[in-house]
Amino acid sequence: MQRGLDSETKRQLEEEEKKIISEEHWCFIIEEQSFLLCEDLLYGRMSFRGFNPEVEKLMLQMNSKNKTEEVEGETVELDVSDEEMARRYETLVGTIGKKFAKKRDRVNYEEDENGHVKPTVKAKKMFLKPQD
Amino acid sequence: MAGVVAVAAESLAGGRARAARTVLDQVVLPGEELLLPEQEDAEGPGGTGERPLRLNAGVRARVRVVCGPGLRRCGDRLLVTKCGRLRYKEPGGSGGGGGVYWVDSQQKRYVPVKGDHVIGIVTAKSGDIFKVDVGGSEPASLSYLAFEGATKRNRPNVQVGDLIYGQFVVANKDMEPEMVCIDSCGRANGMGVIGQDGLLFKVTLGLIRKLLAPDCEILQEVGKLYPLEIVFGMNGRIWVKAKTIQQTLILANILEACEHMTADQRKQIFSRLAES
Repeated sequence: MQRGLDSETKRQLEEEEKKIISEEHWCFIIEEQSFLLCEDLLYGRMSFRGFNPEVEKLMLQMNSKNKTEEVEGETVELDVSDEEMARRYETLVGTIGKKFAKKRDRVNYEEDENGHVKPTVKAKKMFLKPQD
Repeated sequence: MAGVVAVAAESLAGGRARAARTVLDQVVLPGEELLLPEQEDAEGPGGTGERPLRLNAGVRARVRVVCGPGLRRCGDRLLVTKCGRLRYKEPGGSGGGGGVYWVDSQQKRYVPVKGDHVIGIVTAKSGDIFKVDVGGSEPASLSYLAFEGATKRNRPNVQVGDLIYGQFVVANKDMEPEMVCIDSCGRANGMGVIGQDGLLFKVTLGLIRKLLAPDCEILQEVGKLYPLEIVFGMNGRIWVKAKTIQQTLILANILEACEHMTADQRKQIFSRLAES
């Protein structure tokens, strides 16, 4: 009694499978049942001559969404401009740094013309070799 | 029309499959096979920059093609399943190559499709879901949480007999269709319960698509008559509302009749209406 397939039929089946798989790989046909892909249809709710103002607003929104498909990042309106932010951060380092500096090091923090606190870099005191 | 059918019958009798490109905008019958234009990926610079591996001389790279409603895949050909005109849309912009083929057919019976916006009538309220009749083989289910701003405590005000404008999230032949009244971000976008009054009537599916086309003259002319509101459902249902009942009825009659009118007849009717 022979169970299963003999080696030859097995080989043939494998070859057929491989053929099918390789054909599938190259053949890209996708089935879709929806008409949305096929035709650009307008939005389904409409209002004319101001009958329903909310729907008219929606119409403009949805139909312009369809037309302009470029998604651009909205520029967020800034309360504080970039330059001012940079300036504040620059002096912020000074004021916070001063808070944590020891009493001796506080001398290093000078006040600028505008009242901004900035750390001044002083030359570190090195050991001077005594001259004979 | 008889001449077109004769040509189609001839080619069918011959047993040859026609190339899809040659049959665009012509009538095709169910059972026909269409050949896709086989393209060789010959572009070098730019493009996607992918060169397909040539395993053997016989295999050519094919561009991805979408077959829309009315077409089925049959090996590497398209099989027509509905009678109508074959249409084609070019691939746009950054999308993958190949484009979309579909058959522009006419029918009255709606089959739920995922993503379609439809008008439904609430027929039953059972526990947490509403049963909504959309004109398909079975009523769709709509959860009460699928409305904007709905929570377990704050239930939407929906009664049996209300009209709902929503979209399908699940719609296939194996499962009961499910619809919702919010989009993926959780906003209503005009979906939900449609207001009071107005008139709901049924038309063919092809007319809905014709009216919703971007360059539809009928809607532009209708919009100039008097203030009105219309909602189109892809299941063949239209809801209209105007200030008086007479205006609503006129509108309904125009929309039903414009399917079978030529452009001249339509213009005559509109000019007569504009006078009165």
